[in-house]
Amino acid sequence: MDKINDVRNGIPQTDPRKSETFTDSINSEIRRAAATGIYDIRGGGAKRKLPHFDDLLFLGASISRYPLEGYREKCETKVTLGTRFAKKPIELDIPITIAGMSFGALSGQAKEALGRGATMAGTSTTTGDGGMTEEERGHSQKLVYQYLPSRYGMNPDDLRRADAIEVVVGQGAKPGGGGMLLGQKISDRVAEMRNLPKGIDQRSACRHPDWTGPDDLEIKIMELREITGWEKPIYIKIGGARPYFDTTLAIKAGADVVVLDGMQGGTAATQDVFIEHVGQPTLACIRPAVKALQDMGMHREVQLVVSGGIRTGADVAKALALGADAVSIGTAAMVAIGDNDPKWESEYNALGTTAGAYDDWHEGLDPAGITTQDPHLASRLDPVAAGRRLSNYLKVMTLEAQTIARACGKSHVHNLEPEDLCALTVEASAMSGVPLAGTNWVPGGDGNY
Amino acid sequence: MQTLDMSELDLRTVNATLQQQKADTNQTVWEIVNPKGSHAIAVGLDGPIEVAVRGSTGYYCAGMNKEATVHITGSAGPGVAENMMSGAVIVEGDASQYAGATGHGGLLVIKGNASSRCGISMKGIDIVVHGNIGHMSAFMAQSGNLVVLGDAGEALGDSLYEARLFIRGTVKSLGADCVEKEMRAEHLEILGDLLERSGTDAKPEDFKRYGSARQLYNFNVDNASAY
Repeated sequence: MDKINDVRNGIPQTDPRKSETFTDSINSEIRRAAATGIYDIRGGGAKRKLPHFDDLLFLGASISRYPLEGYREKCETKVTLGTRFAKKPIELDIPITIAGMSFGALSGQAKEALGRGATMAGTSTTTGDGGMTEEERGHSQKLVYQYLPSRYGMNPDDLRRADAIEVVVGQGAKPGGGGMLLGQKISDRVAEMRNLPKGIDQRSACRHPDWTGPDDLEIKIMELREITGWEKPIYIKIGGARPYFDTTLAIKAGADVVVLDGMQGGTAATQDVFIEHVGQPTLACIRPAVKALQDMGMHREVQLVVSGGIRTGADVAKALALGADAVSIGTAAMVAIGDNDPKWESEYNALGTTAGAYDDWHEGLDPAGITTQDPHLASRLDPVAAGRRLSNYLKVMTLEAQTIARACGKSHVHNLEPEDLCALTVEASAMSGVPLAGTNWVPGGDGNY
Repeated sequence: MQTLDMSELDLRTVNATLQQQKADTNQTVWEIVNPKGSHAIAVGLDGPIEVAVRGSTGYYCAGMNKEATVHITGSAGPGVAENMMSGAVIVEGDASQYAGATGHGGLLVIKGNASSRCGISMKGIDIVVHGNIGHMSAFMAQSGNLVVLGDAGEALGDSLYEARLFIRGTVKSLGADCVEKEMRAEHLEILGDLLERSGTDAKPEDFKRYGSARQLYNFNVDNASAY
């Protein structure tokens, strides 16, 4: 008997079963690739579910540990970055910085908003692949100047105008990959700053053009220090791939600060396959990096800044407890100033997406006016109001981190320690090196990375 | 002439002294003796001074130079005149890898040979090499002119943008999207000027011009084998 008659005759049928391997989402991507002949490009960081800070909990104080009074006893949040070699370390009021995002990827208004918000909150912001603009220098009291493989716009005057220099070796969204800015966003101004033809698909190099290994990097850093009179802290930013070895080599090369970016860290644009399949979760990167610092006798002398998926004061506190000196935010800062705001839902729908999922930042059509070079769209973002929102958000996160630190009996957020934490899952326990809740068990060996 | 002796002075003192010489300085002529292959000599200069380095240098000599003329009497290590903005750097001997990397302006003259990746990611600098250049030279070169009186190694001009490459000798192979182009009158004029300023009597007519085919400027799946 054939199937169609079975159905007509009411014979019970097995429910239609979709593949767990070939899901609707996977199949849609296969059809898209087949139709267009180009890999899926998008912004943001890894969207897949990963072990993260949510899988850790703090052990508040009680009898065995003594808490600090919530709103009355002091809990410091200041952090100084660049104490190893720089004559002028950066002093921040809060342990949260704004990560590198380029003018080009972002509008001038968005860069100004980031500078304003960071300055009001007493912290630093960072340039990106494309050079330093007057908007961000003018509105950022403390500005970190990225030194990238492309060297777009790189010049000694801006190096000297910076408060710190960040040598970008990699980023969490694409360790081993270079930058990408597609033609829609190569406006006249962006093209001029990058010395490129207007409208081309710009792909930045993944390696620096004039050094290849840690020994060369050491000399490169010495050159940058010589050009800037040994004043500026020099950061090295690495993507979270082999954090123990890369941190070790960054210290060896002379870094004042190591910036470690896990795979939830965002990018303006790269291949989805890169974002989702290369690198390690932020949670898995911190302890190996801290161990490298400790093994080199440099923990707290070379500061560690962690980024990639930081959203709340709890995330900040957990990163610090695992050994970081500060954190950096990119995606969260964009959301704070207005990215993916539901008020633009009808426009997101017109682009075939929805608020909260919009990630085609490379197309330059951002309804929120943030990831665009279109003057009309960019004008939607009021940099003063957006800066205020960012400042509010940074201060809320700081208050949240202080709340947790006081509950753990700490008078400085830097006094948080792994012993204040437990893990909810075996995976998070192994990655973070803190015991599984209710046990004294830490899976994953003896911490040799 | 002011003399800085690196057998007596440390690098910081040498560079700080030279970096203090701005447009209004009276001390316009300097020499550095006993460089002993040190790295980062005469970096970040910011004024119209002349500096003669008597000997050979390590990495990044004259890096990020502005306005100054730096004359190296020996050979130069990797990254000589990297990211130069303006001025001139002359190397009497050979240059190692990445000579003139990412340079935005000015003139780099190498009277010997240059190694691999000469002019990588150049952004407006002019480079004249009297000898040969190594592989992957002018990789992702954005603008400016690279002139080579001798031969070029493999993958010349791979993925280059709008830089002009003038080669008198042989080219072992061209990189992705790099093609030979017509030598027009304006190119002969540019080339003639650069040859004259770099102290050679080579004839512009003896050179071939290479540049971007502009086929990789925007993604096309039919070019996937080149990516």
